[in-house]
Amino acid sequence: MTDTPHSDATSVVEIRKLWTVFKSPDGDQVVHRDLDLTIMRGEVLSLVGGSGTGKTVLLRQILGLEHPTKGQVSVLGRPPAQLSAMGAANVGMLFQHGALFSAFSVLDNIAFPLRELKLLPDDLIRDAALVKLQMVGLTPQQATKSPADLSGGMIKRVALARALIMDPPLLLLDEPTAGLDPESADGFCDLLRGLHRELGLTVVMVTHDLDTLFDLSTRIAVLADQKVIVAGTARDVIAYPHPFIHEYFLGGRGQRAMEALHEGSAPVGVAGRPSGSQAPSTER
Amino acid sequence: MPIDSPSPADAQDAASVQPRVEERDHEGAHWAVASGRWTALAMSSSSAWESVSQDLECVPAQDDRHWDLRPIEQLDHIGAQLLWNHWQKAWPPHLEMDSQHKAVLDQVALYTCLAPVDTAPTLADRFKAFAHNGPRMMFVARDFLRLIGQLTLDVGKLIRAPHRGPWRDFSGQLYQFGATALPITALVGLLIGIVLAYLTSQQLRQYGAETFIVNILGLSLIRELGPVLAAVLIAGRSGSAITAQIGVMRVTEELDAMRVMGIPHGFRLVMPRVLALAIAMPLISMWTSMAALFGGMIAADLSLDISPSYFLSALPRAVPLSNLWLAMSKSAVFGILIALIGCYFGMKVKPNTESLGRGTTSSVVTSITIVILVDALFAVLFKGVGLRA
Repeated sequence: MTDTPHSDATSVVEIRKLWTVFKSPDGDQVVHRDLDLTIMRGEVLSLVGGSGTGKTVLLRQILGLEHPTKGQVSVLGRPPAQLSAMGAANVGMLFQHGALFSAFSVLDNIAFPLRELKLLPDDLIRDAALVKLQMVGLTPQQATKSPADLSGGMIKRVALARALIMDPPLLLLDEPTAGLDPESADGFCDLLRGLHRELGLTVVMVTHDLDTLFDLSTRIAVLADQKVIVAGTARDVIAYPHPFIHEYFLGGRGQRAMEALHEGSAPVGVAGRPSGSQAPSTER
Repeated sequence: MPIDSPSPADAQDAASVQPRVEERDHEGAHWAVASGRWTALAMSSSSAWESVSQDLECVPAQDDRHWDLRPIEQLDHIGAQLLWNHWQKAWPPHLEMDSQHKAVLDQVALYTCLAPVDTAPTLADRFKAFAHNGPRMMFVARDFLRLIGQLTLDVGKLIRAPHRGPWRDFSGQLYQFGATALPITALVGLLIGIVLAYLTSQQLRQYGAETFIVNILGLSLIRELGPVLAAVLIAGRSGSAITAQIGVMRVTEELDAMRVMGIPHGFRLVMPRVLALAIAMPLISMWTSMAALFGGMIAADLSLDISPSYFLSALPRAVPLSNLWLAMSKSAVFGILIALIGCYFGMKVKPNTESLGRGTTSSVVTSITIVILVDALFAVLFKGVGLRA
């Protein structure tokens, strides 16, 4: 998918002058004010921000599950509401708690979007679902289990396999490593990195896990003051002077995660974007 | 390359990106040439899917066929799976393709495996499952008995220390089960009263016994129909709500959180609901009977010319007061049973949504059945009360 002729130049998601206002009896709450964000094909963009800065809301708006109060969101050149009507072939979403259908077995969960097409033969669907199941690191023996019997990490993996069943060009992840033990989280990062490399996915990720953040992201967008204050590589973002960034990245936890970054194995610029070549684009 | 790649101008054209397989002879060999986009998106229209499956049928997997996948624009796992299954899960001997497509096909080849078979239950398994029904009924009876015992203890605890009772929850439940149920029960009662009055008036007129409509309506509505109708409505309305509420608390681990804090479920969750329904149910049952009698009174006036003033003066003579007390006490028992059954199935919900749905259904079905059973029991036990021989 990165190998389509004009892969580098096109944007997958474009958000222009977005306003999100939650109406409540004791005064309206403005979550996004004139927010601009462009997500390019093939990048792994992480959305970072304090609690209540509207990261998940932004993901839901990209999916067309919520409508912005004002402004435009376009995904693959179309309004997102049209897009999600076209199904799992365009956008895959990993919900924070998996959102697996508890009435189905693991395999049926993964195969569900393909089955609903009512087009492909059943054995092809089953084989494809089994391939995805193993790609996310589960064994075929787990295919017949029901979601209630799975651990948290396994639920995330199955949910990822389901999101990926039709190899959508755009993958949205809401806190993919929250609630995983460090080893599972590392495994999850490796898995995502491999998938990103092989399928050329565009990934948008909300995460609070700094290790995951530095490990996977090719670009980081910071939400604060109701807009994206800075979007760029990890180094550019950290260099940006803003109290939130200072606290978030240069606090105790940030320092520890940064050490890993400075050890040289920094994957900043995985998708062929040389780190530092892009000035921090202050989008407003 | 055996075929021309699509020109950029019609790259957007849907027909040119459809997955295709063409057969051609090149340098003395049979070539199957695949082109287009082999992706789930491209194949998800029925025309594209039919054309590609027809194409594939024309080129069955054979030893001497050469495959050329280089013209393929895009290959995802679904497309690769289609090819792999078409090759009967083995690499064709002569294959040309790009490296990034090879990576996808390699993965598919590596991971394609036989689906694990669900072992069908044997006869012995079925027999065991059937035989387990006996002990299970014992377990249900034991658990329900335990619930009743716990409720008794909790009520005792409440009487000893009334200031520590969950009164706020109790009053909230009372409003939910009682006050908000008034419109629907009144409407249903009114309509049933009208229907019953019209039906009986037809029969009574034949015998010239028009005035007996007061006896028939008064007895049947106050003694039987009002309480049972109200109980069935409340079982559907509040019994399901109790089960769903407690079941959701189980799914979201709220019940466990309460237990860890040392707050007993029986005292804090079950007792307020049971007490609220025990008080609300007789009142709703009386309210339903009143609405039904009002409907019957109007229908009697319209069809038999029995005036409302005569109806009201004849009613106390036709229906002794003991019927009202019987109906109210019966309703209190119905309320307690509905709440207990709702709580029981709510506590039994397992932490998944399917179990929640099943629990709610069983709760409603069981409580309606039990209400009618207990009503029959009351009818037999109190056959000498409130009826003039």
